[in-house]
Parts: sequence; C-alpha cells; structure tokens
Amino acid sequence: MQVPIEYYLILSAFMFSVGVAGVLIRRNAIIILMSIELMLNSANLALITFSSFMGNSIGQIFAFFVMTVAAAEAAIGLAIVIAIFRNKLTVNIDQINLFKW
Amino acid sequence: MNLELILFLILTLVAAFSSVMVITRKNPILSAVYLILNFFALAGIYLLLNAQFLSVVQVIVYAGAIMILFLFVIMLINTENEASILADKKPIKVFAIFIAVLVFAQIAYLIFYSNPAELSNGTIENLIKAGQIESIGRELYTTYILPFLIAGYLLLVATIGAIILAKKKFE
Repeated sequence: MQVPIEYYLILSAFMFSVGVAGVLIRRNAIIILMSIELMLNSANLALITFSSFMGNSIGQIFAFFVMTVAAAEAAIGLAIVIAIFRNKLTVNIDQINLFKW
Repeated sequence: MNLELILFLILTLVAAFSSVMVITRKNPILSAVYLILNFFALAGIYLLLNAQFLSVVQVIVYAGAIMILFLFVIMLINTENEASILADKKPIKVFAIFIAVLVFAQIAYLIFYSNPAELSNGTIENLIKAGQIESIGRELYTTYILPFLIAGYLLLVATIGAIILAKKKFE
C-alpha cells in the first residue's frame, strides 16, 4: 500500500460532489439517475478503501450489497421513467410538475 | 515515483474527468458512454486496492448490465438534447454548484481532520486475504447469509416491479 489512504478518499469525495451537482443541475431524469449511480459508486470506493486498508473483508461485502441495491434501483427508476414518458411524452423534470404548488 | 502511484494517478484522472463529463454533456448517450469509462477506471482502482472480486463484479454488473439498461432506455424514449445546461434558471443552478462545492469541502475536512491513516493496522497477510474470493465467500455464506438472501428477494421484487411499471397498459 504505497498510495496514502487520503488520496482514495478524496477521489471518493470528489465523485460524490459531482453526483450531487448532477442531481441538482440537470433536468433530464435519465441523467439524474446516472448521477445517483455516480454517488453510489463513490460510496463503494470509500467502503472498499477502508476494507482494504484495514485488512478486513466486511467492507467489500457491504460494497457488494450496495451494488445489488444499485441494480434494483436502476431497474425500477428506468421503468418509472418509461411509464412517465408514456403519459407525458417528456422526461424533463421541469414539465413533470403535478405535485408542485 | 513508483508504479502503483503512477497507475493510481492515471486512473484517478480518468475517473474524475469522466465523472465531470457525465453531468456536463448535452447528449444523454455521451453521458452514458462517459459513465462506462468511469466504471472501468473504478474497476482498475479496485484492483490497486487488492479487491479482485469487486473489480470483476464492477465490470460485469455496472459496466455490463446497468449501463446496457440505461442505453436501451435512452434508445427507447428518444429524448431531445437539452438546449443549455446552465443558461435557464441561472441563479438556482449557481447555488446548486455552490452546495456541491460545500459538500466536497465538508467531506475533505472530515477526511483530513479524522486522520484515517491510523486505521490501517492490518498485517500484510490480512491485507492480501481481504480481497480474495475465498474470504469474501466465507463471510458472505456464514455471517451474512440473511442479508444475502434478502438481497436476492430484493432483486426478485425489483424485477417484478419493473415489469409491471413498464407494461404497455397500466391498469
């Protein structure tokens, strides 16, 4: 382990903030889902970094469960996007404003 | 400069660049392709961390399955490109970028303040064994067997839910 642990954690923090910016800035629902995948991946990177530096495989098992949940979330999210597109003919979240008041 | 550090720097640059590209491209297909690049760079970083199993799973599940799903949905619904990313509602979006920078500053402060390097106390055999499929599989099928079964159930429910939501007639 010749790379310090902080470097990995800073990369993870950077990817998480890019994901936050993507969710807040973009209006396309599919790209918002992609930004959520970015954030989940940065959490995975932090888990695997700590697991590997502590010599303990439990963190990697948690990263594995995070991947499972990410797969389920992507499937459901994209199905919802398709259902919305069928009703409204758009995926721009500024025009999907039924609950806005 | 040793080889590990050089590899880490190259992979980090690719991952950081592609993650910024994901949220700044107007065409969703380009975003998806940059996200695939990001996942491959992360798989390389997992290899540097001695996590071979997670690295392979990252390529198969993320770069393979999930991104194919994204690309198929983009192809199915044929969205128009966003005209501009920052132009409309500019003050709100500048504020959003400010919030993202704030999140980054907060996490970076936590990382340097808490001194995580003192956690790395594993012996060298432990460090090598942690990422191997044998030790992961043993933990997964003994201590974590219940979460493992629940994860399988979650995938079943997600599959049924996705089929019902995306059906032609919603009744």
